[in-house]
Amino acid sequence: MTKHIPEKVSVAVKSVIENPERRKAMKRIFRHAGVAVFGAVVAQAVIFSRPARAAKILRPPGALPEKEFDSTCIRCGLCVKDCPYDILKLATWADPAPLGTPFFVARQDPCRMCTDIPCVKACPTGALDPLLTDIRKADMGVAVLVDHENCLNYKGLTCSICVRVCPIRGEAISLKPIQNERGLLQIPTVDPDKCTGCGTCEKHCVLSEATIRVLPRELGLGVSGTNAMGRTVW
Amino acid sequence: MANLFRRIVSYLKSHPWLLMRRTLQILIVLAFVIDIPEVGRIAHGNLSSSLWFWNVPLTDPFVLLQSWLAGAPLAKVALIGAAIVAGFYAFFGGRIYCSWVCPINMLTDAAYWLRQKFKIKGNLTMSQDLRSVLLVMALVLSVITGTLAWEIINPITLLQREIMWTSAVGLTFLSALFLFDFLVTRRGWCGHLCPVGAFYRWIGHYGRLRVMAVKTNACSSCTDCIKVCPEPHVLAPVVAQKAMAVTDSDCTRCGACLDKCGNGALSMKLDLSRGNSFRGIPIVKD
Repeated sequence: MTKHIPEKVSVAVKSVIENPERRKAMKRIFRHAGVAVFGAVVAQAVIFSRPARAAKILRPPGALPEKEFDSTCIRCGLCVKDCPYDILKLATWADPAPLGTPFFVARQDPCRMCTDIPCVKACPTGALDPLLTDIRKADMGVAVLVDHENCLNYKGLTCSICVRVCPIRGEAISLKPIQNERGLLQIPTVDPDKCTGCGTCEKHCVLSEATIRVLPRELGLGVSGTNAMGRTVW
Repeated sequence: MANLFRRIVSYLKSHPWLLMRRTLQILIVLAFVIDIPEVGRIAHGNLSSSLWFWNVPLTDPFVLLQSWLAGAPLAKVALIGAAIVAGFYAFFGGRIYCSWVCPINMLTDAAYWLRQKFKIKGNLTMSQDLRSVLLVMALVLSVITGTLAWEIINPITLLQREIMWTSAVGLTFLSALFLFDFLVTRRGWCGHLCPVGAFYRWIGHYGRLRVMAVKTNACSSCTDCIKVCPEPHVLAPVVAQKAMAVTDSDCTRCGACLDKCGNGALSMKLDLSRGNSFRGIPIVKD
C-alpha cells in the first residue's frame, strides 16, 4: 500500500515519509534529545541551587582556588585517609560544600600543619597543589579578629590565648600595644602574609563563640585600590 | 536458623558464579575499610580514585572525564590510574565493573530478589537508552557548570562513603533507589538509568571475555538463562542459535546464566579468535 504524498514537500521530508524505519529512528532520536534537554535544565537548576561553600568550610593546605578545586578534586578521600590527625572530612549532603569534597572546620579541629604535608602528597589530581612543599606558605584562609566588642584583650585583660597557641607564634599573630581611654591594651594583630589559616587560634579562643575566626582570604581581607562608588556622593 | 544457614550454603554451592561475584564485591568494600594487623589497609581512597597495595593507583575514568570536561588539568597519577582501569575493561568487557565491583549491584540485586519473592508484576517500562541519555547529560552538565555533575548524586561513591564513615545522610537517596528497583521497574537502576554502566559499556564495547555456547546441541531451548539474565536481550541470539557468543556490550558477565544452565551449554571464555574480532558473529536475520 503506498501512501499519498503531497507533491510540494521537500526531498528530506519525502524520504522520511517513504521510509518508516528512518521515521522511527528520527522519532527515537528526537525523543531522547527531548529527555536530555529537559533533564539537563532540571539538573542544572539542582546543581546551581546546591549551597555555596560556607565560610567556615576550610580546604586542606595547597587547595586550588574554590572554582578550580571543585572541578579538579575527584572526591576520592585519599587526603582524608592520610591526615594523621583525622581533621579532614568528606562533605555529605548535610554539609555546605560540594558533595564528597574534603574540608575541615577550624573551631572543631584545626590543621596541625605537618611539615611533610601528607594530604598534599596523597592527592592524585593536583587539586591540592603538589608545588606546595613548605607548609608555612599554605593558604587555607586568614585569621581575622572579627569581634572587638567581646575579645578579652580589647576589654583590657591579657588573655592572648590566640597569640600563645599560634604555631607561627610572633610572626603570624603578635600583640601590638594600643593606648586608649581604658588604658594600655595588648591587641592580637594578624599578619595576613604570614598566617596560613590553620585555625588553631579559632579553636582555642576561650569565649563560647570565637572572636577570632579563619575566613577564606577573599572574605577576610580588603584589597587596596580604589572603588569608584567610595568617592561618589549621591 | 541453622536450617536457613544450610539452605544459603547449598544455594551458593550450586551457584558458584554468584558466590565468586559476591565474594569479590564484599572483599573490595572491605579492602577500603578493614585494617589488617601488621599489614595495614590494602586500599586507600574510594572507587573514584584509590591507591592499592601502597603503590598501584586506580582512577575511575568516568570521574576523571567529568573532571577534565569541567575544566581541570589532567594530573599524571590520576591519568595512570584511569589508563589501568580503562585498559582492563576495554580488554575484558566494560560492564564487568557493574556485577563484580560496584557495591550498588548488591543493593539492586537484593531489590530484584525481593521483587520476585513478592511476585510484583507491575513494571514501569523505560527505554534502556535512558542511561546513555543520562551519560551525555552528565558530561554536558560538567562542561556547563564546571563541577563534576554526576558526582553530586552518584550512589556508588555515596554508598561507599556512608559505609566508610558510617554516615546516614545519603540513606534517603539509597533507599529511594532500592524502592524504585523493588516496586517500580524491573532492574530499573542498573538496567535503565545508571550512566556509569553506560560509560563502562561504551569503554568495553569489544571486551573479549564472553559467555559462549560451547555445546550448542546441549541446549534444550528452555530459556531459563534468559529468565535469570539482568540484561535478557543479550542472550537471545545465542539461545536462538544465531550466534555462538554473547557479543552485546550490555552483558555484565555476572554468570547467572552459567549458574542456571543445567546442560552445560554455556561457558565463560576469553574469546581471542580473530574470525569474529570487532564484528561479532554475523546474525542471520529471517
